[in-house]
Amino acid sequence: MSDGPPDPDVDQLQLAVSDSPRPSRPSAVSASLTFGWRALLKIKHVPEQLFDVTVFPIMFLLLFTYLFGGALAGSTDAYLQELLPGILAMTVVFITIYTGVTLNDDIDEGVFDRFRTIPVWQPSVIVGALLGDAVRYTIASTLVIVLGVALGFRPAGGLVGVLAAVALLLVFSFSLSWIWTALGFVMRTPESLMGVSMLILFPLTFVSNVFVDPRTMPSWLEAFVAINPVSHLVTAMRGLMHGTATAGEVGIVLLLSVALVAVFGPLTMYLFRAQQ
Amino acid sequence: MTDRQPSPADRTSRSQPGTADPQESDVHASSATLDERQWKRGQDRGRGRGREQERGQTTEPTADDAAPLAIEIAGLVKHFGETKAVDGIDLQVPAGGIYGLLGPNGAGKTTVIRMLATLLQPDAGTARVFGDDVSTEGNAVRRRVSLTGQFASVDEDLTGRENLVLLARLLGYSRAGARERASELLDAFGLTEAGTRQVKTYSGGMRRRLDIAASIVVTPELLFLDEPTTGLDPRNRNQVWDIIRALVANGTTVLLTTQYLDEADQLADRIAVIDEGRIIAEGTPGELKASVGSGVLSPDPTGGGTRRVTTRARRAGRTRVRSGGALGSGYGLRSGYAGVRGAVALEYRGERVHARPAESGRVFPDGDGPARTYRGGNCWDRWGCRGCGNCRSTRGWLRRRSQ
Repeated sequence: MSDGPPDPDVDQLQLAVSDSPRPSRPSAVSASLTFGWRALLKIKHVPEQLFDVTVFPIMFLLLFTYLFGGALAGSTDAYLQELLPGILAMTVVFITIYTGVTLNDDIDEGVFDRFRTIPVWQPSVIVGALLGDAVRYTIASTLVIVLGVALGFRPAGGLVGVLAAVALLLVFSFSLSWIWTALGFVMRTPESLMGVSMLILFPLTFVSNVFVDPRTMPSWLEAFVAINPVSHLVTAMRGLMHGTATAGEVGIVLLLSVALVAVFGPLTMYLFRAQQ
Repeated sequence: MTDRQPSPADRTSRSQPGTADPQESDVHASSATLDERQWKRGQDRGRGRGREQERGQTTEPTADDAAPLAIEIAGLVKHFGETKAVDGIDLQVPAGGIYGLLGPNGAGKTTVIRMLATLLQPDAGTARVFGDDVSTEGNAVRRRVSLTGQFASVDEDLTGRENLVLLARLLGYSRAGARERASELLDAFGLTEAGTRQVKTYSGGMRRRLDIAASIVVTPELLFLDEPTTGLDPRNRNQVWDIIRALVANGTTVLLTTQYLDEADQLADRIAVIDEGRIIAEGTPGELKASVGSGVLSPDPTGGGTRRVTTRARRAGRTRVRSGGALGSGYGLRSGYAGVRGAVALEYRGERVHARPAESGRVFPDGDGPARTYRGGNCWDRWGCRGCGNCRSTRGWLRRRSQ
């Protein structure tokens, strides 16, 4: 048996061909969820890809807590209360890059052509992939929080506050991902995309209020930190976790999210259609 | 086509009936050489009794026929930078049957298909699929077509079954309906056992079958098959051919690209030969064949190949043979290449002529008979063995056309 399976049966083939009325077009939500399911299947078949959402967060949390804790906040325990929401935001924001990388990989494969020739709501390809990524972000968040609690993180906002913070983080990450999806169509290789993304993300995450109080920075740097979206995200998440969040803090993050989608969503879809 | 003096081996081989088709066997049996009478018959057949009629359809899909058009292309152009991938193509593909786009690599076949499948925007010209413009009515077009690309358009990380369920869901099947449809297709394509394995573990033939299965989760009205058998062994190729024929029997129109002469010949009701972004010949295989030998052809004093062709053409009685001007050494009529049912377009002194190459290659006993491949000596192979490469592609041969 050189080729494994038996030959296709022509009669059966005929039956399979003719016996297929076209169902009605799926809704945008249904199509997006189906593409999300595809992303989950890919995780199932290639579990290695969870490496970045498991090992990195743990490493970052341990590293920064014990490396800087004593020096920056007097004790690792006190530092952890401030650091954990920031580290959580940072890791998840970082792994949003993989959304673009995965998409960039996908485009090279023929399967993307197939998706583009199916009469579904076209953005569902991207939205579905982002929904699948939301699952990855959730895994990363859970790990960081569980580990944090084990290390002594005690959020005053309780479970509700933590869940609200994670929800806000997911919304922001989903929105931020549209930058990478747009770039995913522009860049030729996953490697170059990775490079460009890092170039953007390093300043965004490190030049923020994740690790240190911005008041210790020179004024020009402080000014950048003040307008950095990641700073706003971290402020809101700290507030939610510790039960001190204001509507303004959360509102500005949501506003930023909407703005990101409003700009990069249509841009992604334009590039999606124009892509050759 | 052997235009040289037939060798004893030729006679023996040609007298063997190559097929069970009774319409053709008499030709095989009776003819030691293809003479003028047969060529004329071939021409008549090409006009009057196309392959489509042999398949029980009543309409002869010619461009001026009233039959509805599946594809209508006018002045289509697509350039990639300096490369003129598609350089002004007009094409009309009737609904029903198989239409072949034949040409070498880089001829522009894939670009045409990608524009028709709404994956690429044309730079100029229009393309309509069942009346809907591909650039402005993309959604309407997508509802009626399906594409099997040159490279497997399935997700390699997923299993075969998951791929089909995914597409069925995207096309609107319910969860249960999608699973059922996937099973049905896996059964029909002989992939049930492989269905639980990741596609990356599949052989080329299995992958291609899954690919086609994925394209017909919902039976499309028009199916694009971009080089569906490239890289497949003869057995898998025959399976794919069977699948394509089954689809067509069910009413799907198939637009097929191929670099293989024999594939276009075996499958297509009409063929357009495309090279360097332009269509250089179009018609039923019979028509293309009938055009062979007409026009003006110059013998090449330096090479035997051309002389053989002119001999052949003179015998057909429709060709004036001029002496003098050489086509150039190494010109396209080298032995070892065969006609696209004879469609070799040549330029001579600004005039387009058609010629048919000699020596080993495809032999066409009659207008629409199943062709056989003659490889010299006693080697006959109906399907083309692909072993020596002589019968493989129009590449190079069509290239030299423009030199």
